[in-house]
Amino acid sequence: MNNPYFDLLMWARGPGFDIALTILIGGLLLRVVEIVVLSRKKDLAKPKGSPVLQGLKTIFTRSVPRKGLIKEAPVTYIGGYIFHIGFAIAFLFLGAHIALIDDLIGIQWPEANKALIETAAALAVVALIALAWTRITNPVRRALTTFDDWLVWLLSILPLVTGYIAVNRIFGDGTLMMAIHMLSAEALMVAFPFTKLMHAVTFAMARYYNGSIQGRKGAES
Amino acid sequence: MADQPMLPELMKAHGISRRSFLKYCATLTSAMALPPMLAPKIAHALESARRPSVIWLSFQECTGCTESITRSYAPTIEDLIFNAISLDYHHTLQAASGHAAEAARKQAMEANWGEYLVVVDGSIPTKNEGYSCIAGISNVEMLKETAEGAAAIVAVGTCAAYGGIPHADPNPTGAVAVGDIVTDKPIINVPGCPPIPIVMTSVLAHFLTFGLPELDDLGRPKAFYGETIHDRCYRRPFYDKGKFAESFDDEGAKQGWCLYKLGCKGPTTRSVCATVKWNDGTSFPIQSGHPCLGCTEPDFWDNGGFYKPLSTPAGDYRKFAAAAVAGGAALGVAGGAIGRANKARAARAHETVDAHDLEKKS
Repeated sequence: MNNPYFDLLMWARGPGFDIALTILIGGLLLRVVEIVVLSRKKDLAKPKGSPVLQGLKTIFTRSVPRKGLIKEAPVTYIGGYIFHIGFAIAFLFLGAHIALIDDLIGIQWPEANKALIETAAALAVVALIALAWTRITNPVRRALTTFDDWLVWLLSILPLVTGYIAVNRIFGDGTLMMAIHMLSAEALMVAFPFTKLMHAVTFAMARYYNGSIQGRKGAES
Repeated sequence: MADQPMLPELMKAHGISRRSFLKYCATLTSAMALPPMLAPKIAHALESARRPSVIWLSFQECTGCTESITRSYAPTIEDLIFNAISLDYHHTLQAASGHAAEAARKQAMEANWGEYLVVVDGSIPTKNEGYSCIAGISNVEMLKETAEGAAAIVAVGTCAAYGGIPHADPNPTGAVAVGDIVTDKPIINVPGCPPIPIVMTSVLAHFLTFGLPELDDLGRPKAFYGETIHDRCYRRPFYDKGKFAESFDDEGAKQGWCLYKLGCKGPTTRSVCATVKWNDGTSFPIQSGHPCLGCTEPDFWDNGGFYKPLSTPAGDYRKFAAAAVAGGAALGVAGGAIGRANKARAARAHETVDAHDLEKKS
């Protein structure tokens, strides 16, 4: 006699994870190496400023919104911050996740307590719902929204919701919910290199590129 | 065995007062999650019920289940519950041996046909019936023969309930559970490696008083396998606080912090270890500093390693990751090269235009 929930959990921890990790790493390298190999034509003009420093600086300065933009699109900016920070806290500071990272790359750091992680996760979910709301209500954003956006939204919210349910045993069998949580994270890993989720890696390249162009021209960026 | 004294006389002989017997019945009632007013009914049933004949079959097992149930903290009232049944065949405990023992089994079966209870510990080999025999009778044959006239079967221990350790990969004997062989009788699974004694006696007491207990999808009594160890673990507050032991001798281990990172399977294991505990309520594995192995769950031996946290991958993912690095980089280079080739081709195909061409009127 088997426990089907445990079998699913073992699939998620075994072949499921292997497949997801292979696609994630392979896909990430494919995308990044392709961008690097394509590269840009060398600019032979004498730089008027410091392209490298300006490029590096821009990677960080673009994380701060420009003046007035928070007023213009408050949900997008504030919701965006809350989601990203909340997701990062929930992902990086839960003991079970740190155990996973330790197993993968052999480094670890102190865990946060459940109250902080769950608050962060709950706020991230609320932020995602608010962001979805503006996508529906704002006509411009609605016109700009594609299937890809909704897919990525769903893949981002599922690990947060299923993780919360699994840890707190809100409903369903604990083993089953843990398996579903892992599978939802694996779906995110598979989609990562081939959707706009890739921005989590390419943002640095794009910002550096923009910053260094301006730096070469001696302009602000 | 039918002429043995009933429970009240046995209690007297062991110096156990009626008060402690009633207290024990109340404990059983509460352990089985029954309403408190049923305690007197259990006491009455245990005192006066006709002692059912029990045939205990031991197959591919280590006798740990029998050890747990009979010797863990004897002599106790649990011990006496075993005297409330008529244990007609148990090849570890019975005095008879060889043909006399088998004759006792046959006799008990004939005398109580359709009413006796079969308790099984150990799994049943199917690859070659000769792998495990008793008195020249294969386990499969003995189980089928004995189960035929049984009122119900209690599969004690994870081996009998789910195949257990003999069933672990690569399962050399083709070991299966009782439920894989017998399909036409009620089976109560009491898994554990070994199960907790009071769980076993409570299941017997329930069977004697109210018949079959309510079972979950895996055939386990819900009263004892309804919650996970993690749900009732006294170290749970440390899990919630994010305080974990990282090794068996670090400061966290000394402070009694959560054992999740040392591979504890409490979150996925259903049992009452954390509340009922072992050795007369003294302790349970997590309390003595060792993570739960998940022994009440099917295939616990193969569920990804005892000392690997539940959240870590169980497979050999590193070779896939290495292949993905090489494959992804190669594909990236190829993709980039194709892109550059396309760019170069477009540049070659580009026709130059000068000012004179622009002034030309077409």
